[in-house]
Amino acid sequence: MYEKNGEKYYVVDSHMHFWNAAPDNWVPGAEQYAKGWIECFHAYQSLAPKETHWTIEKFMKYSEDDLMKDVFEDGYVDVAVFQPTYLKEWYKEGFNTTERNAALGEKHPGMFVHNTRFDPRDGDPGLDDLKRNVDRYGSRGVKLYTAEWNSGSRGYKLTDPSAYRYLEKAQELGIKNIHVHKGPTIWPLDKDAFDVSDVDHAATDFPELNFIVEHVGLPRIEDFCFMATQEPNVYAGLSVVIGALMHARPRFFAKVMGELLFWVGEDKMTFGSDYGIWEPKWQIEGFVDWDFPEGDEFTDYPRLGVEGKKKILGLNAAKLYDLKVPDEYQLKEATPADPDDAKLVSS
Amino acid sequence: MLAALDLVRDPELDEPITTLGFVATCVVSAAGDVVVRLRLPTYFCAPNFAFLMVADAYDVVSALPDVRTVDVALEDHFAAGQINAGVAARAGFVASFEGEAVDELDELRRTFVTKALLAGTDQVCRQLIAAGTDRADLAGLTLGDVPPSAERDRLLRRRAELGLRTDAAAALLIDPGTGSAISAAGAPKYLGMARLTRTGIEANTGICRGMLLHRYAETGAGEEAQG
Repeated sequence: MYEKNGEKYYVVDSHMHFWNAAPDNWVPGAEQYAKGWIECFHAYQSLAPKETHWTIEKFMKYSEDDLMKDVFEDGYVDVAVFQPTYLKEWYKEGFNTTERNAALGEKHPGMFVHNTRFDPRDGDPGLDDLKRNVDRYGSRGVKLYTAEWNSGSRGYKLTDPSAYRYLEKAQELGIKNIHVHKGPTIWPLDKDAFDVSDVDHAATDFPELNFIVEHVGLPRIEDFCFMATQEPNVYAGLSVVIGALMHARPRFFAKVMGELLFWVGEDKMTFGSDYGIWEPKWQIEGFVDWDFPEGDEFTDYPRLGVEGKKKILGLNAAKLYDLKVPDEYQLKEATPADPDDAKLVSS
Repeated sequence: MLAALDLVRDPELDEPITTLGFVATCVVSAAGDVVVRLRLPTYFCAPNFAFLMVADAYDVVSALPDVRTVDVALEDHFAAGQINAGVAARAGFVASFEGEAVDELDELRRTFVTKALLAGTDQVCRQLIAAGTDRADLAGLTLGDVPPSAERDRLLRRRAELGLRTDAAAALLIDPGTGSAISAAGAPKYLGMARLTRTGIEANTGICRGMLLHRYAETGAGEEAQG
């Protein structure tokens, strides 16, 4: 919970991690990728305020205590959503698996949502794994990493028939939320690596599922926005948007926020810190204080008020995951009306 | 030599690789042997864009007079080996990534010049609005109505690259695919897309510059100080 100027914000960190990228977890022969990956993540951290930077050693493997302190104790988060990323071609036990997350999460009942993942290239055994994870961890969401390397393939599309088979199965198992990460080096390499058109098709064909595009399709925000404006079940995951831009590039941040508010709207944007890339504390404090800078270039955009910030920081994600939010954090307009008033209006 | 490399753009960011800081070093010997080393913000930057930049750098350097040998290579990238070997052998993208790609990159390049055209249109329109033009009148304007500026020149170059009209009587707002003029009714949505595209490019550039700064302490050859 975060409180500022008498307003109380219920905070759901809808995109965070508990990874091990230390050398003891690198796959022999793939060390350069394992190292390259975590160094790339570490470079992103450099876009945060200096006092929140970590050494590369800590960044490769932070502890349970670090996470609990940074996210909950100092970071105002009420509920955090684990988003696993496997990368088992590079990391022996995986980078950030459902099991590793759950081993931590199960010690702290009610504080975490345990999402799982699938990879449509894993065939029938992968479907069994998905069912096992849903049964075991109660997962209501999955994180999909379409650019993941797998047995010589360097990625897949949500429109692949095998992906549709997995989406059907996920829906049948009670999964509601599909978090899609669009990342580099999708196969085949000659196509645009960040194309979001497959999400567009899948969102149309699976209207019961919600598709949260993490990092709002950056660096293809224009393709993402244009797609999201046409698909009611597509959401903008703000992980990376706040972390990479709010401090380092405030004017670009304002423009990106403006575009998202314009095309997607405050009801379909969700906060995610992307911890351990960035700590949530400074992101939440800065976001609550944030407003558009002065300047003609920002006049086209819808404004964002306290209520909108409450939705983005927690209430929207709480809806997606059916989290019970205490009344004191709800929007004032959401208070149930007196039944007598309703009768008067309808008569 | 740097002036030649200024002509090579990051296709996505639509900015020269020199000012972006992507040219780590550029050395020319008295005998005309040229060695260029390129670098990118991350180890996993998209290989297709990386290939285009290395190949374009090779081409502009090779075309200069008095150049005897050319050695252009990308450093610190997961696909550097394949890209450098492919460019040096003038093999093309598909041959360099056998089994992982089936098309050359012309289409990809065109997609991003199209985005650059939209972003450039937003830049020019904003200048016009700031100077007093009514937003509702933009659809009726021609290139001849746009006062000279660096932004106008840049827009004309992008239009020329796509084979679109650049004469004074040509409409300012055009469909980048067909070249046909945008109607007054279609203009608000078109201008919104143009603004959005420019925002995307600028945000990416911001992130890329920040990451490059973290990765390399040394300023690149021809790199522009960050604003």
